[in-house]
Amino acid sequence: MARNPDADSAPAPKAVKTSTIEFDADKAKTFKVVGSRPPRPDGMDKVTGRARFGADMVMPGQLVGLILRSPHPHAVIVSIDTTAAEALSGVKSVITRDDFAENADHHDVLCNIMAREKALYEGHAIAAVAATSKAVARKALKLIKVDYQILPHVTDVDLAMAPDAPLLHADMITSGVTPAPTKPSNIAGRSEFGHGDVEAGFALADVIIERDFKTAATHQGYIEPHACVANVGADGMSELWCCTQGHFHVRQVCASLLGIDVSRLRVTASEIGGGFGGKTTVFIEPVALALSRKAGRPVKIAMSRDEVFKASGPTASSSMNVKIGVTKDGHITAGEGEFRYQGGAFAGAPADFGAMSAFACYALDNVKTVAYDVVTNRPKGAAYRAPGAPMSVYAVESVIAELAGEIGMDPIELRLKNAAREGTKSSYGPKFGSCGLVETLEAARDHPHYSAPLGPNQGRGVASGFWFNFGGETCSTLNINADGTVAIAVGTPDIGGSRAAMCIMAAEELGIPYERVRTIVADTSSLGYNDTTEGSRVTFSSGMAVIKASRKAVTEMCNRAAMIWDIPAEAVTWEDGHAKPSGANAGEFEPMSLAEIAATASKTGGPIAGHHEYNADGAGVSFGTHIVDTEVDPETGRVDILRYTVVQDAGKAIHPDYVEGQFQGGAVQGIGWALNEEYIYGEDGRLQNAGFLDYRMPVASDLPMIDTVIVEVPNPGHPYGVRGVGETGIVPPLAAIANGVSAAAGVRLTELPMSPPRVLKAIDDAKVAAQ
Amino acid sequence: MRYESPQTIEAASALLASEAGLARILAGGTDLLVQLRSGMVEPDLVVDVKNIPTMTSIVEENGGYRIGAAVSSAVMNEHADLCAMWPGVMEGADLIGSTQVQGRATMVGNLCNCGPAADSVPGMVAANAIATIVGPNGRREVPVIDIPVAPGKSTLAKGEIVESVFLPAQVKRGGDAYLRFIPRTEMDIAVVGVGVNIELDDSGVCTHARVGLGAVAIKVLLVEDAAKALIGSKLDDAALDKMAAATSAACKPINDKRGTIEFRTKVAGVLAVRAVKIALERANKRASNGGEK
Amino acid sequence: MSGIHVSTKINGDAVEFVCDVEETLLDVLRDKLGMTGSKEGCASGDCGACSVTVDGRLTCSCLMLGAEAEGHDIGTIEGIAKGTQLHPIQQKILDHAALQCGVCTPGFVVAAKALLEKNPDPTETEVRFWLAGNLCRCTGYDKIIRAVMDAAAEMRGQ
Repeated sequence: MARNPDADSAPAPKAVKTSTIEFDADKAKTFKVVGSRPPRPDGMDKVTGRARFGADMVMPGQLVGLILRSPHPHAVIVSIDTTAAEALSGVKSVITRDDFAENADHHDVLCNIMAREKALYEGHAIAAVAATSKAVARKALKLIKVDYQILPHVTDVDLAMAPDAPLLHADMITSGVTPAPTKPSNIAGRSEFGHGDVEAGFALADVIIERDFKTAATHQGYIEPHACVANVGADGMSELWCCTQGHFHVRQVCASLLGIDVSRLRVTASEIGGGFGGKTTVFIEPVALALSRKAGRPVKIAMSRDEVFKASGPTASSSMNVKIGVTKDGHITAGEGEFRYQGGAFAGAPADFGAMSAFACYALDNVKTVAYDVVTNRPKGAAYRAPGAPMSVYAVESVIAELAGEIGMDPIELRLKNAAREGTKSSYGPKFGSCGLVETLEAARDHPHYSAPLGPNQGRGVASGFWFNFGGETCSTLNINADGTVAIAVGTPDIGGSRAAMCIMAAEELGIPYERVRTIVADTSSLGYNDTTEGSRVTFSSGMAVIKASRKAVTEMCNRAAMIWDIPAEAVTWEDGHAKPSGANAGEFEPMSLAEIAATASKTGGPIAGHHEYNADGAGVSFGTHIVDTEVDPETGRVDILRYTVVQDAGKAIHPDYVEGQFQGGAVQGIGWALNEEYIYGEDGRLQNAGFLDYRMPVASDLPMIDTVIVEVPNPGHPYGVRGVGETGIVPPLAAIANGVSAAAGVRLTELPMSPPRVLKAIDDAKVAAQ
Repeated sequence: MRYESPQTIEAASALLASEAGLARILAGGTDLLVQLRSGMVEPDLVVDVKNIPTMTSIVEENGGYRIGAAVSSAVMNEHADLCAMWPGVMEGADLIGSTQVQGRATMVGNLCNCGPAADSVPGMVAANAIATIVGPNGRREVPVIDIPVAPGKSTLAKGEIVESVFLPAQVKRGGDAYLRFIPRTEMDIAVVGVGVNIELDDSGVCTHARVGLGAVAIKVLLVEDAAKALIGSKLDDAALDKMAAATSAACKPINDKRGTIEFRTKVAGVLAVRAVKIALERANKRASNGGEK
Repeated sequence: MSGIHVSTKINGDAVEFVCDVEETLLDVLRDKLGMTGSKEGCASGDCGACSVTVDGRLTCSCLMLGAEAEGHDIGTIEGIAKGTQLHPIQQKILDHAALQCGVCTPGFVVAAKALLEKNPDPTETEVRFWLAGNLCRCTGYDKIIRAVMDAAAEMRGQ
């Protein structure tokens, strides 16, 4: 049972490499609250069961909504007869494709939430009912008669690209190809990135390695299934409660699909039980609204786990080729790759992100990547943590490891020699600003893990990874309460502790204790538009909005003090939570605390608040380097993860606990992807493992402690230097583990997951080949 | 659907026998509830047997143990003497699902669902456990190996219920072990499972052996050729190699989401060898303790 | 469909409810009794988010019919803190930042409490195996395991 004897004595991951940060043009400072680890504001509710998630809401008179789903991976829906279901006692509404009008703005989303001419994957929504109980709703679903004309299907990316493949969309003409193809295909788009001349580059190489790779589709695996409660009033005024990463986006899409103004739909984001990108779009929300509108009563829909696997948005599977050339002394002369991703039944596989990030860790003179976005008879994909990057980086970093072996160079040394730095022209175009890849590589090289001895059948793997990070539309409001506490409203659902980070940043700016600040996620009627919680943007973007809003409130508080003291506003400064006369000339006044100013606000002009709205830019890229020790059982192909270290650039860790948490969570999702997680389709085009039993996510006993090192190379685009940290952590693990397993097994593994049958076969095949 | 919770096994049997529609026995419920929720089965009657005293107790009998069919694996695994005597059988049961599942799941439920990959069954087969069955025609005793026929299909007649399973006394130099292969460390269904029970004489020669094999055929198998390879040997490498080959040869697996034919066949032999080594160690330890614990 | 009348005890209080045969204990807790701290993550006993105790023994409430609760003593997440006084496991989860989204947290609290009542001084490996039926997708388990070990130490008076 005990397969990790060292784990009991693993060190606590508290190592934080700090640096003094002074790039905030407004205010150079040493931090008082930033970098501390206070308890999160929503913590108490979450450890006691009081927090309300998507399925925890109950509205008076609420009905149960259930969705009828296609059992076929590809079929024409000839007819849908709902007469019997509608006649069943207790059924209050039944909807089908006929209840949604065509929608040019959200065509694919519309077709995905309720199939139109064709069912495009097993699990595709066909109809929905709202009834007084689950039992009645289940009965009603059975009474809906659907006449399907079954079509041939395709679920594999390479097969879907073949000229004779079953065609999903008769009007799909590949974009990004000149001249445009004359015939439709399953290839939604082609894109190309890079610079230089790869052929010339390969001519300079001493060693060239070219390999094919495949990765299986994986699911974000959030523990909370999608759930919502919709309530449409007779006057069309509507409310929607749902677990989402982006309630403003939900409002926009749902209002459009229902044909109503956004002002008529108030969306409240519940506590969210994980998302990882998978809750950035809509699935059940428009359906619940349409059911509620027809029934005139609130409707709750909660997906079952089976539905989550079959009908939410997993990530792409991939098929890839990568070719890299290197000189004997470790200079990479050229890199080339083709990345074919299938993203389910509609365009949008993150192949372009894959191609862009594949070589991002390297400063290359010659690089070319090509991406294909391919459709298949699988559920429409959604974002999953650094969408597209883990696969392409897995391919590139596997070849890098092999090249290092070929030329006899330490793999970190090889990476350092070619690492992207500030000023490097990235493989996807723009020049990198300040970035921390070199620092993570050096920290990894110097970490005790990297030089620890290995036992028999054990192998160490290393890989680096990259994510762009995003900013986007953001606003926040900060209110100074009369009792000296502070209330912040942000519009970005808190998926991993961001409310704590907001409170920390406001406390830092205002100079008051963390405990006096409270942050909520406001509903769509209470705050301006905010982009979704995605792209590792929240601590960066909402954080900066909170900082700026705090500063506006500070300015106003200084104004109020100036008014009380009857001196010019310019003569007041804010220091340690107090307004103070800026110097001797300003006059002699006792500093006024935030609480004192707040208490007298009613007499000095009324409530004090700060607000900031902007389109955030300058997110700052994030690099990471992971080290992993694996052990392979040569008789069974079983892989154990013995030790794992994440080194990543956070720019500035606002709440280091949650930065570490992001690193650890990303690494473990990567472990799952590398070893056992996969969407398994049968010949019949049906998903065979739509449950946690056979979709094998890592469990506690599978893992060691995940050691973390936070590197801080400040991002000049943020007052405190913050970079997004959420996504990069899932990029290196696939390759790091593949490199470790390949070293332990003595044979290069090129397909994920590296499940035991696959590893054992590779070992046995290599033995046969060697004889 | 009706729910009944009778106080005697005779009453339970009568309920099952007289049900015209589909009836299901509810012991731990860890499989039945999943089947109900997914709509896989829609019974007309569910008979909860957890309120029947003879089905919820562990009793020492003739040096062995009689385990009620509704005893949860967690309760069983807290019985120190039982665990000392049949560690392999207990480990097999202990591997079913999570700690939470352990609190409900029963060995007999595992047996009567007739899944080929049932973790507790190869160990019971190796131990030659005997099931007591109560039905409309009275009681009968049947070796555990004779109960499963195919997934979801058993030799139990309508109205029959397994009341208990009897594990005989372990001999002085006897030991058992169960090993399964899963991709993770917990929470998976066995890709291969091997239960082994061996007895040795004072000179260390194997006098008796039984090898139960799971997840490689339509039902759990008793591999007599594997036992033959061990009997008469001192469990040296040659005997173990022969036993591994016999175990692999007995496999008639399928390719599915959990493993390939090739993988299951090979790993069955690998696990059988490892299980025998553990059983041997236990047998020797038991002998050195004078045949106890 | 006639309901079944069930008398039970939940977190020490006598509770009566009427449920359909098909309804699980989890359905009853959430939909009939308004106790939504127990979560449905899978409804198949694979995620542990619905963990409760039945007569002190850890169980998935999704794997038990409401009718089976008759005469038994059920413990849920709602009964673990005593008023505003958190159980040491709850406190340590907060102290160690051992949650991100928090949807699995109630299940972990219930499961870890059951562990420490049975084994006050578990090894890390024992904690990991005991909690293998509680899935967490956010944290990678590291901080959860540390929190449970730390709570155990505190409860032992160390």
